[in-house]
Amino acid sequence: MIDPAARPLPWQTATLTAIRPVTNRVKSYRFRVGFDRPVLAGQHVDVRLTAPDGYQAQRSYSIASAPDGDGTIELMIEGLPDGEVSGFFDAVAEVGDTIELRGPIGGAFVWRPEDGGPLLLVGGGSGVVPLLAMLRHRAAAAPGVPALLLYSARDPGETIAAEELAVRARDEPNFQLILNFTRAGGRRVDAAMIAEALERLGPPRHAYLCGGNPFVGAVADLLVDAGLDPARIHTERFGG
Amino acid sequence: MSTRGFTGRKPPEATRERLPPGQYLTEDFPVLQIGPNPRVDLATWSFTLREGSRPLKSWTWDAFSALPRTRWGGDIHCVTKWSKFDTAWEGVSFDDLLADAGVAAPTAFLLAEGYDDYTTNVPVADLAGGKGMVATHYDGEPIPPDHGGPARLLVPPLYFWKSAKWVKGLRFTRRDEGGFWELRGYHMYGDPWREQRFTGD
Repeated sequence: MIDPAARPLPWQTATLTAIRPVTNRVKSYRFRVGFDRPVLAGQHVDVRLTAPDGYQAQRSYSIASAPDGDGTIELMIEGLPDGEVSGFFDAVAEVGDTIELRGPIGGAFVWRPEDGGPLLLVGGGSGVVPLLAMLRHRAAAAPGVPALLLYSARDPGETIAAEELAVRARDEPNFQLILNFTRAGGRRVDAAMIAEALERLGPPRHAYLCGGNPFVGAVADLLVDAGLDPARIHTERFGG
Repeated sequence: MSTRGFTGRKPPEATRERLPPGQYLTEDFPVLQIGPNPRVDLATWSFTLREGSRPLKSWTWDAFSALPRTRWGGDIHCVTKWSKFDTAWEGVSFDDLLADAGVAAPTAFLLAEGYDDYTTNVPVADLAGGKGMVATHYDGEPIPPDHGGPARLLVPPLYFWKSAKWVKGLRFTRRDEGGFWELRGYHMYGDPWREQRFTGD
């Protein structure tokens, strides 16, 4: 986890090789990259866009792909209507474009196969993206590690990777999925839902929570209330 | 190299002058942390200055609350790219803590330590001389737990990961030792105006 010989993290030019829709609001963007260090599941990249007059805007996006060393990464970006950078990706970016980015970044919200499980993943909205990287990595590198994803989305149409998750839940014996929808009579993640997840998974060795701040804060409190050691609860929050 | 088709939304000049490179202005107050909010009870809260492992002085919440108060207002900058203007804080300055402890800073570096076991390094020079405080109030109210209450470090000249939440003490170190993020590739100093986000920036 700790790299004592920490090296500079250079900006690089990455080529956009594929774009595909994920939900009505979210698209997948695959980039060819040349990172000088391995990616860990849960990490993110910084993206930097430059206008003709030199003005620049930077944002961070979680990596959705497993660290499979194939020289590409997948980002999933929600096209926010007033998003200066996400709006560019949604409306302007095309296959073949080159984008400046640097990474991989982050050493706290990461899971490695040797970290083991059981693994409790709780995602709200597009907060599922770094958890997807962990699930993909787990399936490829450590399928014996028990994992449960509690994923709360607004409605079925806004569920990221819905089909992939359903197939994983069907085909992977040690992976369980609990989908929760907050709209159309649904409810927010509450103590009963957390209790069900913990009952089905067993005591987790690690919990990873990602989403908006109110979601992550509430779930973290529920897990502490349920008796989880706070040191085992890793959080990543949007809203910055 | 400009990005094909990107024009962006350049903020007005008055805003741009106050934004360090790569930052954007937000009106919200985003929350970023590595784990749950620690449960801090004011009845057992304490704040301790240490030189290495040796305690120099500890304060209970009541004793801490009786120290001279300092106010600071201005802009803060988070390494995750957001900046927030005109924030207003109140607390106890680093200078007043040392004065009450009856000591001079024994070394030139320290690690701030939080109730969540988070640590971050700050040079004494960036706290002394009225530059830094242990803040207990934001915008006239006690700091809520999401923003590091009951007390957090405030080092406005540096990226905000240096302003440790739920701070329980400052530990002077002989050399500049990295804290939680600094050991994970973040910059040892973290000056937003030089965009020192990561090692080597």
